[in-house]
Amino acid sequence: MAYPTEYRYTKEHEWIVVKGGIATIGITDYAQHELGDVVFVELPKAGAKLEAGKIFGSVESVKAVSEIYAPASGDVVEANAALQDKPETLNSDPHGAGWLVKVKLTNPAEVSSLLDAAAYEAFIAEKQKEASS
Amino acid sequence: MPVEYPASGGLMAEHRAVRSGCGLFDVSHMGDIRVHTGKSAGGALAAVQHITMNDASRLAIGQAQYSAMLYPEGTFVDDVIVHRLGEDDFLLVINAGTREKDISWVRENTKGFDCQVEELSDAYTQLAIQGPRAVEALRKLTDANLDGIKNYWFTHGTVCGLKNTLIARTGYTGEDGFEIYVPSDVATSERVRNEVLEAGKEFGIVPCGLGARNTLRLEAKMALYGHEISEKINVWEAGLERYCRMEKSEFIGRAALEKARAAGLQRTLVGLEMVERGIARDGYRCLNEAGEAIGVVTSGSPSPTLGKNIALAYVPPAMAGLGTIILVEIRSQRCRAQVVATPFYKRPRKVQAV
Repeated sequence: MAYPTEYRYTKEHEWIVVKGGIATIGITDYAQHELGDVVFVELPKAGAKLEAGKIFGSVESVKAVSEIYAPASGDVVEANAALQDKPETLNSDPHGAGWLVKVKLTNPAEVSSLLDAAAYEAFIAEKQKEASS
Repeated sequence: MPVEYPASGGLMAEHRAVRSGCGLFDVSHMGDIRVHTGKSAGGALAAVQHITMNDASRLAIGQAQYSAMLYPEGTFVDDVIVHRLGEDDFLLVINAGTREKDISWVRENTKGFDCQVEELSDAYTQLAIQGPRAVEALRKLTDANLDGIKNYWFTHGTVCGLKNTLIARTGYTGEDGFEIYVPSDVATSERVRNEVLEAGKEFGIVPCGLGARNTLRLEAKMALYGHEISEKINVWEAGLERYCRMEKSEFIGRAALEKARAAGLQRTLVGLEMVERGIARDGYRCLNEAGEAIGVVTSGSPSPTLGKNIALAYVPPAMAGLGTIILVEIRSQRCRAQVVATPFYKRPRKVQAV
């Protein structure tokens, strides 16, 4: 799956994209592959505050639970309610319908320090090389 | 063995294949220890009786039993499957993670007996073919009469051209199936593995990983070393008394178990089903409704067969009644679970054609 060039990425495998002052956050295709079948997603409610680099929720597959880190700071305006009943959307469309939260950023400059698609792809290529060696 | 095989469709698909058709596990990491006659007959049986808690003297040749090796404290060195190969000849199949510890335990504690202990772990690869259609898949590859092998019995036959292969009707999935022991050299084990996958195609066979192995055994409430059983848990707590024969001759752990029985249970293993959203995992704390810590989860997962979140946990006997509400501390939240009957999954009994 291609990594959208307008998104920014973290080394913890989250993505973020900003449109009209609101950022959407999710986990990457690499992350959903590593997790396997997602069965449960735990997200903050609207109004919750995210702090860059801190845990704000978790994604659980059959085999493991994985914590999600905030790529940037801000206030949650919406959590993806559809994931409650259809957590598998995270596997089928991680960069689209499987988004996790929408956030009003408090420090938009934080986003520019994240990885771009090319840098993230290089990062996961390195990880995959380590795993297979 | 990897956690899952993406080409099989992942853990859930592998799990479902075993419940509905069949799956293949390459369990070559399991350990095998043969205990057989020394200078005169009877020494191997006496040794096996001494180091395991079930009664190996009740086994017929060609029969196997679930058993365990215990510390003098009545807690677990490991669980084992004891196969009686001959009158005074036994094969103990042990866990991978405890292999080194187990083999030295067996050697150390059989020293006073007239028997030979041989480690065969590196000589054999164990392939487990599991599922309601496993018998049909394996039938295509062997001359052995599989229908004549009852659950927990075994035979020797030709499999994929390999003469004298041990074929046991055992497994770790709660499903019908077989475990076969083939020479471990890569060329042979790969060839057999591929032939099994080819033969099983029409029955929906897929290679299965450790993830499905865990969810399958959990649904069937089969113990996993380091989780439900360990050096800190005794036989009564683990609920494995039906595999422990106190009335047979002396065995390691017996005296401590006598005492523990008289003292009464402090904790017992129960099945939990989550009432609220959330998945209980190994190590999570259990609380009563007043918020007091009462126990711990040993294994937990979504159950692919039941579509519910299930777990096993140690709690005080007073909290073990069916329907009792127990809170599981899942990260920052306390989620309600209730005690349910186990095993969570029991395979449907085949209806005999009249």
